[in-house]
Amino acid sequence: MGSTDSHSRTDALLRVTLGTAAAISVVAVLSIFAFLVYFSLPVFSAEGARQVLSWDWQPLQGSFGILPMVVGSLVLATFAVALAFPAAVLVCAFAYGVGPARLARPVMAVINLMTGIPTIVYAFVAVMTIPPLLRDIFEQGSGFALLGAAVTLAVLVLPTIVLVIDSNWRGLAPRTSEACASLGMSPVQHVFGVLVPVSGSALLSALVLGFGRALGDTMIALMLTGNAPLLPTSALGSIRALTAHIGMVMATAVGGPAHQSVFASGLILLLVTGTISALVRRSVRLEA
Amino acid sequence: MMSARFSTRSLALLMTLLLAVGLLGVAGCSSADEDSATEETPAADTAAEATAFDAFAELEGDLDIAGGTAHIPVMEAAAADIMTSNDAILITVAGGGSGVGVEQVGEGLVEIGNAGRALKDEEVEFYPNLVSFAFAVDGVAAVVHPDNPVTELSAEQMQAIFAGEITDWADLGGDAGEIHLFTRDEASGTRDVFWSKALAEGDIAVEANVVASNGAMKTAVSGDPQAIGYMGIGGIDDSVAGVTFDGVAPTQDNAKDGSYVVTRKLYMNTKGEPEGLTKAFIDFILGADGVSYIVDGGYIPIF
Repeated sequence: MGSTDSHSRTDALLRVTLGTAAAISVVAVLSIFAFLVYFSLPVFSAEGARQVLSWDWQPLQGSFGILPMVVGSLVLATFAVALAFPAAVLVCAFAYGVGPARLARPVMAVINLMTGIPTIVYAFVAVMTIPPLLRDIFEQGSGFALLGAAVTLAVLVLPTIVLVIDSNWRGLAPRTSEACASLGMSPVQHVFGVLVPVSGSALLSALVLGFGRALGDTMIALMLTGNAPLLPTSALGSIRALTAHIGMVMATAVGGPAHQSVFASGLILLLVTGTISALVRRSVRLEA
Repeated sequence: MMSARFSTRSLALLMTLLLAVGLLGVAGCSSADEDSATEETPAADTAAEATAFDAFAELEGDLDIAGGTAHIPVMEAAAADIMTSNDAILITVAGGGSGVGVEQVGEGLVEIGNAGRALKDEEVEFYPNLVSFAFAVDGVAAVVHPDNPVTELSAEQMQAIFAGEITDWADLGGDAGEIHLFTRDEASGTRDVFWSKALAEGDIAVEANVVASNGAMKTAVSGDPQAIGYMGIGGIDDSVAGVTFDGVAPTQDNAKDGSYVVTRKLYMNTKGEPEGLTKAFIDFILGADGVSYIVDGGYIPIF
């Protein structure tokens, strides 16, 4: 009897603690959202929207448009994921039987290690190496360009994508590999004929998470894109990402349309990443 | 064949990692070198000015300083010596840029907010109590790669380059090649000065690359033989070359005698008239003892 009582007391305590933790997280996210909406409100007046949701950023001439940065961010993140996703699938294939078994663990260990490298380190290494390289290869532009930032971001998001795929395959592979081996299928056929097709929603989750990470990164975009507020026209051209825009304009004088554009940028980023995580949840639920 | 390709990939990843770790090590070493270099200067100053800290002897408490990045070397060296003279005083020096300095002192978050420019009208309107103390003059110069044969530009050429009208170094007597423009963000005091005094408030091409600090400017221009940008004269070293502007070389001497015109004042701002430790610090920087710190920082004292 006594032990049941103490069990239910522990349970109740646990429920309260966990409930509080959950409530704090939810309240934090909601209040960030409310804060951003409140400060972006002036933007949604007719005049504010005309200023901020336009295609020209030249504050000294009175143009405060952030649409080039919205497009720049989306193109940059898409480019980075387009490079990282196929590479990540190949890394996983390597670790799940296509490569030599004794290398599978070391490769995954390195990938795991990569997740812990701060983005500023990638940005720092890349800013010293990539722009001169791009100038030498293409002999066009300053080297601070969409391409260099996308390649660096691809390295940043690769481990995220690999680890999501890995966590899914870890449960699947032991069951499917024996069945496939007994049917006489090669490891390559196992991975690309069975694992990849059956884990479609996990691959989608991995892709979308990688996209979100690439979109939200600030330092790599700030240090490598060149930050010219232009629409992307070529992989060797300069662009400005929304995150880098916030970082640079934060320091300008309080009040006024330049400052408002920061809040509008933040709100747009939050909406896009919110939509992304909603998509991930949906795809995971479909799988279950 | 497949597995060969994959092991190349994993090798490439490993190389990236090793490169990152290696560079971290290099960064660690070089910052340690900087530390030991900055420690020497205050020690020499302390010996020369053994009685300069009397004003601080009876004081205690915290003093927080933030804002313009050009100010940092002067503020840090002075703060270090003052704190050495009196353990009861704690002075912190942070950057952030001129806009941040004004905002933080206006909001009461720091006692002194530094700005590399005078207060703007909207800032005075927002924070009417701010008091400004100018203490030094800094020149701003266009900079190019040391290998660039173009070492001299007229005001008209400078304006045409930054407006994007002249786009090839051959048009300026240099080696043929596209001009790579670098500019600063709109919050930069350095940009304000260069734009109003060297570019006569003319256009800066929207295609220009934008960097967020004097240091990032130096990194970008020193690595690219076709680049042109601008930065505070105090920060120029062998890795970049200052461009002679309208026949006058960008040196602190020319800035001091007024022949080099692209200059600005560096300001400390307080909320209301300063008191106590804040007043003592400002008096120290503005007084005879402040001169050596201002000169060591690469700037010209005012008076």
